Amino acid sequence: MPRSRMSRSASLALALWAGAASGQGLPEPLTDVPGDPAAGREVVVTRERGLCILCHAGPFPEVPFTGDLAPDLTGVGARLTVPELRQRMVDSRVVNPATIMPPYHATDGLARVGERWQGTTILTAQEVEDVVAYLATLTEDGT
Amino acid sequence: MRAALALLLLAPPAAAQDDRRTGYDDMTPELQAMQDDPVGNPGLFWVLDGEAMYSAAPDTGAESCAGCHGDGETAMSGVAARYPAWDEALDRPVDLAGRIDLCRVRHQGLPPLERESDALLSLTAYVTNQSRGLPIAPDPDPRLDGWREQGEDLFTTRMGQLNLSCAQCHDDLAGGHLAAALIPQGHPTGYPLYRLEWETMGSLDRRFGNCMFGVRAEPFGAGSAEYVALELYLKARAAGLAIEAPAIRP
Ligand code: HEC
Ligand code: HEC
Ligand code: HEC
Repeated sequence: MPRSRMSRSASLALALWAGAASGQGLPEPLTDVPGDPAAGREVVVTRERGLCILCHAGPFPEVPFTGDLAPDLTGVGARLTVPELRQRMVDSRVVNPATIMPPYHATDGLARVGERWQGTTILTAQEVEDVVAYLATLTEDGT
Repeated sequence: MRAALALLLLAPPAAAQDDRRTGYDDMTPELQAMQDDPVGNPGLFWVLDGEAMYSAAPDTGAESCAGCHGDGETAMSGVAARYPAWDEALDRPVDLAGRIDLCRVRHQGLPPLERESDALLSLTAYVTNQSRGLPIAPDPDPRLDGWREQGEDLFTTRMGQLNLSCAQCHDDLAGGHLAAALIPQGHPTGYPLYRLEWETMGSLDRRFGNCMFGVRAEPFGAGSAEYVALELYLKARAAGLAIEAPAIRP
């Protein structure tokens, strides 16, 4: 029984969409420290930290089970620019209001967030930069 | 969807065009065999305890459950398939565990039980077992309609830090994999059930709490109005599917 319903936060994001998603994404890094691809890879492959592998497969053969709910991250650094990758990571709702990808560095429009997570984001600004730096290295087929 | 829900209640879809799958359908043959085993299903320990409690007179001097209701196999047949149902005194619906606990308090002079206590799970498992194999047949009481709609609203609302709704997983992504876990359609046919991961019996409310915690949302309390509303919606969505409690889940 498939059904898609746009939530209030999603329609809000839609209103912001026209400006933010016209291709540029987020050009400004979130921190002064350049992202570290090795640290970013750790976040992506560690289930409890990045959660990525719940949905995405990718060039990380050491991860035994990856989900099948999202595109394979192989080659994503060739498909998307760094600003586009950063926008995807900070808040994918801006790119796709109906997305199931969680907002990694945004808290607006969220409902009933559990007490222990209130006022926090899934990833810190530096973790986002690290993950973006890692994703940007995934330019070749097979990596 | 509101119209579809009403339709579901009136006439469960014919089996031929029914693409609903229960958690049982999704399990390995080994786990299905464990659930079907008339002695090996660990949930049956709770059913047996519940059966003993059902006919034991409490030390308050009040009647036993059987003393008022009669033989459980007859008196309780079909009750779980119909629940949740309206309680006149509370002026709101209650789930089956809530009803049983109310009977203990109102009619047996006993203190209320903890929701996840073995005693309440046992009584609920015993009563639910008397509906095993019967199709879920939601109570048509019109006072429940608004509650079902509230349940549907909860089911389709994004929540938690991960910002996902129940429906995004259990309607849209059912059949897909969240890491290794197969996402089921989320039908409440097997509760209370024995979950291997819990290493014990657990209620539907405990399952709701697991899913809400999974998206980093603040769970509602066991027995809360919100969970009763969710169960009412899910039971309507599962109308016609057979009760399979006590089920096994991985
Ligand atoms: C709950 C599932 C889910 C999780 C968790 C998730 N994503 Fe996604 N992601 C998606 C989906 C679905 C898409 C496809 C685009 C869309 O629907 O918004 C996507 C798209 C992407 C894209 C763009 C891919 C492309 O080819 O255009 C990137 C990059 C990405 N995700 C990276 C990540 C990273 C890194 C993480 C972990 C830090 C992550 N995702 C966690 C579901 C998820
Ligand atoms: C991120 C996806 C996801 C979301 C969101 C989610 N669930 Fe689940 N749910 C699961 C998975 C996966 C399982 C199977 C058990 C497991 O592997 O943990 C499950 C199991 C269930 C079951 C048990 C089905 C059975 O056969 O025993 C029910 C009922 C359920 N969920 C209801 C809900 C409700 C209600 C919500 C919203 C409050 C919800 N779920 C939100 C993924 C999700
Ligand atoms: C003194 C008599 C009495 C005793 C003892 C009693 N009940 Fe009840 N039960 C009732 C009455 C009366 C109702 C109708 C609801 C109400 O008024 O509370 C009821 C309703 C129920 C229902 C709902 C039936 C339906 O069709 O909706 C269930 C299930 C139930 N009782 C189970 C139990 C169990 C299990 C016990 C033992 C723990 C028990 N009852 C003990 C009198 C009793």
